Amino acid sequence: MDLTKLQAIAEQEKQRQKEIRLHCCTSTGCQAAESLQVKDNLKKAIEKKGLGDRAEVIGVGCMGFCGRGPLVQVEPQRKLYEEVTPADAESIIDALAGGTATAVEGDPDHPFFARQMRIVRQHSGEIDPERIEEYIAVGGYQALYKALYEMTPATVVEEITKSGLRGRGGGGYPTGLKWATVAKMPGNQKYIICNADEGDPGAFMDRSVLESDPHLVLEGMAIAGYAVGANHGYIYVRAEYPLAIKRLQRAIQQAKQNGVLGAQIFESPFDFKIDIRIGAGAFVCGEETALIHSIEGGRGNPRPRPPYPAQTGLRGCPTLINNVESFANIKAIITKGADWYASIGTDNSKGTKIFALTGKIQNNGLIEVPMGITLREIVIEMGGGVPDGEVKAVQTGGPSGGCIPASLLDTPVDYDSLIKIGSMMGSGGMVVMDQDTSMVEVAQFYMEFCREETCGKCIPCRTGTVQLHNLLTKLLDKRATTQDLELMESLCQMVKETSLCGLGQTAPNPVLSTWRYFREEYLALIK
Amino acid sequence: MVATTPAKKEAKVDKRFKVIDVTLKRHNGNPEGLIEVLHKAQESFGYLEEDVLTYIARGLKLPLSQVYGVATFYHLFSLKPGGVHTCIVCMGTACYVKGAGKIIANLEEKLGVKVGETSADGQVSLLSARCIGACGIAPAVVFDGTVAGKLDPQSTWAKIEELKGE
Ligand SMILES: Cc1cc2nc3c(=O)[nH]c(=O)nc-3n(C[C@H](O)[C@H](O)[C@H](O)COP(=O)(O)O)c2cc1C
Ligand code: SF4
Ligand code: FES
Ligand code: FES
Repeated sequence: MDLTKLQAIAEQEKQRQKEIRLHCCTSTGCQAAESLQVKDNLKKAIEKKGLGDRAEVIGVGCMGFCGRGPLVQVEPQRKLYEEVTPADAESIIDALAGGTATAVEGDPDHPFFARQMRIVRQHSGEIDPERIEEYIAVGGYQALYKALYEMTPATVVEEITKSGLRGRGGGGYPTGLKWATVAKMPGNQKYIICNADEGDPGAFMDRSVLESDPHLVLEGMAIAGYAVGANHGYIYVRAEYPLAIKRLQRAIQQAKQNGVLGAQIFESPFDFKIDIRIGAGAFVCGEETALIHSIEGGRGNPRPRPPYPAQTGLRGCPTLINNVESFANIKAIITKGADWYASIGTDNSKGTKIFALTGKIQNNGLIEVPMGITLREIVIEMGGGVPDGEVKAVQTGGPSGGCIPASLLDTPVDYDSLIKIGSMMGSGGMVVMDQDTSMVEVAQFYMEFCREETCGKCIPCRTGTVQLHNLLTKLLDKRATTQDLELMESLCQMVKETSLCGLGQTAPNPVLSTWRYFREEYLALIK
Repeated sequence: MVATTPAKKEAKVDKRFKVIDVTLKRHNGNPEGLIEVLHKAQESFGYLEEDVLTYIARGLKLPLSQVYGVATFYHLFSLKPGGVHTCIVCMGTACYVKGAGKIIANLEEKLGVKVGETSADGQVSLLSARCIGACGIAPAVVFDGTVAGKLDPQSTWAKIEELKGE
């Protein structure tokens, strides 16, 4: 494989594609609503009407508006259909020739779509994730070629640093700095790990990226391997994501067959292979040192850092661990340059972020927006607010984050602003809650989560989460006194300050943030 | 599934152990393969009985305690046999906010079991999950591996009856 061959594949694919393309979402959300049947029926209808040489149906990844699935989009007409049933299929094909479709027509210019800025999800919902040719046709693997032939590893690292990209897995650590650390480490054996554990309940952007555009992640990992001097990568995916696993397996195989993964990529001296490791259902395995133990076949117990994985990681070798979305940003940065990337977002939070907008909200689904957009713009304008009700709070950051009250909806969404108001960006879950939600119950819900997910290695986290859960239960049973509230507050501080890993260190956050903003709900429960 | 020990049902057992053997071989007996071997074993046996754990420990030259330690650490591994059908209710935040708790309460009452248990007739195992990534269509439930969304207690129960009817 060389550049001309890559371009030839792209050209051939563009020639092959029919004039009319019906995108039918086949990601998990829509599949749960019979989208595969919709796709089959669309195909049959095309054949029946003899439109086979003008139109084709392609199974694409998630288009974002999952709450209204199954979605079908007709290109180039830009017609969007929502909640399509298998019975609607034939009428959609009739509509191509001037008839009317029985399916509900959606608005592709709705703020939900119009206010997005899609970098990572640019081709999600447009290309067939199961065919590498479609990825190549939209420019896939050219960034990898560019890195290998026009850049040195050092300039790749520099470019990523200059872009200002920060880790999308939650912590927000500068990606360039992490790459530079691994690149500087001595030794011949280094590893790349893609963290696709996505344990945050209420978050599904990583899943969607893997299901919709798996090659984007593979390409990002390969570029990372070149930059830091690693020739072996692992993707650690949770077992709860069978479709993502299947599509990844297929993508890796196709990439190998096409010479963009494996030995001597693009006939350069660079070798890079990627293996998949499947999790077994433990939230703590998203923590990087626990994840490494799990890949090594052990229990997912975190260990103290330093040494960081960048120094001593998988099998004791320097290891670069990044989140799925972090890797998925690399291609655009290499293609369009660090300056372009750095021009998006705020001073300290560059680029875009994908959020999973769910809960009591009109428009459920995934959105990709530039950092710095306010919560109000997301929840009210794009999300359409709460159906027959009002926003009471928005939970961000999952079990490590907090609940933001409606009065703070004008806060810009970036790493630092969210931390300042006692929550955090986390991986991008955004659960909207309305008046029916009891904030103390929400705090209890998260504490139960942490109580069950603690690995139990250190005492403050293991017993602290149990005690906090008990206290919240006591409160909800109206058996608690003001002393219990004081105890709860000090226990939160203790667990935060003395736990070994991020799970324990952030477990009290949902309690602290609800206590800060919804104190009257706690006080009303005192006996 | 009926609990079987390797000694009892030889013919059937052989085939199932073969799946383990193939996976062990793929890892050359490297302990790093433990989690994958456990996945495969659970797939073919339905759960991880002690004999199977012992067999795996020998294959990877690991102390049984370590194999047991790993098998019990992860939520997806089960040391008890499950029902004919499984029903996994998502209890992630999005589903919780949209009423997954009521779905569970209804199922617990109707099936007469708690989450994590199998109904007395051995038909349905009721489980819960921490977000299955279908939050856009919350509340979501996985019936025998197939995801369904936007459910309520009634529609969930209807699906269970459908499963049992088949
Ligand atoms: C309890 C816990 C769970 C975590 N879960 C995830 C996860 O599911 N996915 C992820 O990418 N990072 C997760 N992280 C963060 C990782 O440890 C790590 O910081 C991240 O993968 C680094 O990638 P990034 O720099 O690209 O964000 C978790 C951290 C903790 C403490
Ligand atoms: S803080 Fe909790 S999860 Fe982390 S090591 Fe300690 S016990 Fe385990
Ligand atoms: S799963 Fe179909 S639009 Fe998201
Ligand atoms: S919270 Fe239930 S699918 Fe994510």
